[in-house]
Amino acid sequence: MTTATHPKSRVDTPRTEPAKPAKAKVSDRLHHERQLGLRLSAPAFIVMILVTAYPLAYAIVLSFYKYRLTDPEAREFVGLQNYITVLTDPVWWSAVVTTAIITVLSVGIELVLGFGFAWVMYRILRGRSFVRTAILVPYGIITVVSAFVWRYAFQLDSGFVNQWFNLGSFNWFGSRWSSLFVITLSEIWKTTPFISLLLLAGLVQVPNELLEAAKVDGATAWQRLWKVVLPNMKAAIMVAVLFRTLDAWRIFDNPFVMTNGANDTETLSFLSYRQNVTLVNLGAGSAISVLLFLTVVLIAFIFIKGFKTDLSQVKGED
Amino acid sequence: MRSSRKRTRRRWVLIAAALLPLGLGACASENAGPPKLTWYINPDNGGQKTLAAKCAGQSNGAYTIDVQVLPNDADAQREQLVRRLAAADSSVDLMSLDPPFVAEFANAGYLKPITDASDVKQLTDGVLAGPMKTATWKNQLVATPFWANTQLLWYRKSLAKAAGIDPTATDFTWMKLIDAAEKEGTKIGVQGRRYEGYMVWINALIASGGGQIITNADQGAKATPTVASPAGDAAADVVGRLSRSSAAPADLSTAGEEEARSLFQGSGGGFMVNWPYVYGAAKEAQTKGALDQSVIDDIGWARYPRVMADKASAPPLGGIDLAIGNYTAHPTQALAAVKCITSLESNIQYMVESGNPAARGAAFDAPEVLKVFPMAPLIRDSINDAGPRPITPYYGDVSTSVQRTWHPSTAVQSPTTPQSTDELMGEVLSGGRLL
Repeated sequence: MTTATHPKSRVDTPRTEPAKPAKAKVSDRLHHERQLGLRLSAPAFIVMILVTAYPLAYAIVLSFYKYRLTDPEAREFVGLQNYITVLTDPVWWSAVVTTAIITVLSVGIELVLGFGFAWVMYRILRGRSFVRTAILVPYGIITVVSAFVWRYAFQLDSGFVNQWFNLGSFNWFGSRWSSLFVITLSEIWKTTPFISLLLLAGLVQVPNELLEAAKVDGATAWQRLWKVVLPNMKAAIMVAVLFRTLDAWRIFDNPFVMTNGANDTETLSFLSYRQNVTLVNLGAGSAISVLLFLTVVLIAFIFIKGFKTDLSQVKGED
Repeated sequence: MRSSRKRTRRRWVLIAAALLPLGLGACASENAGPPKLTWYINPDNGGQKTLAAKCAGQSNGAYTIDVQVLPNDADAQREQLVRRLAAADSSVDLMSLDPPFVAEFANAGYLKPITDASDVKQLTDGVLAGPMKTATWKNQLVATPFWANTQLLWYRKSLAKAAGIDPTATDFTWMKLIDAAEKEGTKIGVQGRRYEGYMVWINALIASGGGQIITNADQGAKATPTVASPAGDAAADVVGRLSRSSAAPADLSTAGEEEARSLFQGSGGGFMVNWPYVYGAAKEAQTKGALDQSVIDDIGWARYPRVMADKASAPPLGGIDLAIGNYTAHPTQALAAVKCITSLESNIQYMVESGNPAARGAAFDAPEVLKVFPMAPLIRDSINDAGPRPITPYYGDVSTSVQRTWHPSTAVQSPTTPQSTDELMGEVLSGGRLL
C-alpha cells in the first residue's frame, strides 16, 4: 500500500528545487522536460487507469444491486438502497469513528516523532548511515509481520509487556480502548520512519544561509525552528501528512491480525473486506467500497487544495 | 540519445524473449498420463496427503492426486474456495469442506451432487448420525463425511474429587461445573473470542437446551431466527454467569481452542471444553518434556455438560466433509477418489495418524484406534448425538450475527442478548443491516 506513494514523494521533492534558479530563461528546456516526463509516465498512467477504472466502475454498478455471490439467483436491482442501509447503520459509523481515531492519533504523533527523527538524521555527524538505517528498519518490516509481533508482545499467554510493566493479567485486546492503543502504537512504530524520511527531504531543502542569517540576527534555536525551518518545509510536511493520512485511513492489517474487528475496532477497509470477501455480500460491500473511495478522494482533495496554495506561497517567497 | 533508445528497445526484446518460454513451458507441462485431481485440503499433520498417495496408488493409474493446502482458519479456507468456485475454477476437483459451509456451497451450485443410489449407499453406510446431517442439501448427497469431531469436557480428576463432583454423571450441568470451579478457585477453559469457535459453544448450549438458532433454515434469507427462546435464555445464563464468575479465564474474550488448552495444561487449569486433539497434544508435550506425566494421568474426560439437568446435551459438531467441485473435468475419477478417501479403512488410518475422529461408527471399535484414543466410545456417542450448526446458505450471516451480539461474553444477559440476536439476524437476512 505504502510503496505506491513512494515514487510520488520522490517526484515532488526535486520539483521544488529547480524552481529556484532563474525561472524565465529555462522555460523552453522546462517545457521539453515536462513533455519527456509526461511521455515517460504515460505507460504507467494508462495501465493504472485500466487497472483501477474498470474495478471502480464495476463496483459502482454492483453497489446498486442486492447481490450475494453464493446466491446469484436472488440478485435484484435496488437502486440507492445499499447506500441508505450503509449510511444509517451503526456498524458503518462505528468503523468511521474507529478509523478517524486511529488516523488522527497516529498521524499527529508520527508527525512530531518523525520530525525529531528527521532532525537527528539531518544533524548527526558520526555514524550517520547507521542511525539512518536503524531509524528506517521498522518501515522495512511487512505490516502483517509487525502486527503479529505486536500482538504476541501484548497477548496474555505469550506476551512480555504485562510482565515488564507489572500489569498482571490485563487483557489488552479485551476492550476497545486498550486494543486501539496497541493498534495505534504499532502503527506509529511502523510508519514513523516513512514520515521522517519525507520530512528529512524537506529539511535538506531549508537554505542554510537563511538559518545563518537568522542566527546572526540573534534568533534563538526555538525561533529559528518556528520562523525559518518549519515555514520553509511546509510543502514537505503537507506531502508527508497527506500520504500518511491516506494510508492510515485505509488501515487494515493491524486490526485484522490483532482483534479481528472485535470490541468495536473494525476500520472502514476491514468492514469493506468483510462484506465483500467474507460475507460475499457484493451489493452492500461495493457500496461501502465506493463510500470509502469517496472519503479518500475527499481527504486528498482537501489536502491537495491546501498543498497547492502552500506551494505557490513557497514560490512567492523566493 | 538515439543509440540509447535503440539499446533500450533491444533490451526489451531480450527480456520478452527470455520470458516467453516460461509461458509456453507452463502450457506444455500439462501433458498426457492419468488425470490429475487437485484436492484442496485444510492443514493437518500430513494425513490427507498420505491418503491421497495411497488412493492414487490403489487406483491403478486411474488418477493422481495433487494436494493443495488451504489457510489455517476455517473462514479463510471458505473465502479461497468461494472465490475459486464463483469463477468456475475447474481445478477444484476435490475439497475438504467445513460442514457449516456445505449448504452455502451446494445452494450456489458449487458442489456436484451424488445421485446414483449405490454410490450414495457406499459413501454413507455406517456414517454417524451427526455428520450425516451436514452432508445433504435439498435431499441430495452433496458431500461425504470424511472425519467428524466433537468436544468433550476435560477435567483434572484431582480437582473434581476435591470439589466432590462427578463430571461423568448423566445429570452433570454447566451450573454445577461453574459452582465446582468457583469453589476450587480454578478456571474453566472455553472459546470466548469473537470467532467461529465461540459460535460452536453458543450453538452447543442452545441445542443442548433443546433449541435452534434458526428455523426454516432451508428458506435462506427468509429463515426465522429463534434464539430468543427458553433454550436461548438458558444458554445466555450459562455464558453470562461463567464470564462474570471467578471461574472465567482472564483472557476469556480473546481465548480460542489453543488458549484454553494452554490454560488447562498449566498450573491454574481445572476444566475445559475442547476437541479431542488436546489429549494427543498433551501426550506429545509430555514426550517432549514440557508436561509432567502426573498431569496426563490426572486428565479425565466426560460428555459435554448439560444445560438442563433432564435433557441430554447436544455436543458440538465439527469435522470435514469431502466434496466434489461442480466444475471438475474428471467427475468419475473424483468420485472414485472420494470413495477411497472416505472408506472405513481410510477413516481408521486417518484417525490414528492425524488424531481426527472418524465419520464412520465402526472405526471407533478398531483396536489401533482404542489404543490412541482411550475415550473413543465417548467420542463416537458424542458425534452421533451432536447438534450441527444451522444448515443454511446464509450461515455466515447467522454466525456473525450471533458472535456480534454475544461478544464480549461478560455482557451476555437473558433475555436481552437472545432478543438482540434475533433482531439483528432478522434485519441482516432481509438486507436491512450490515454485519
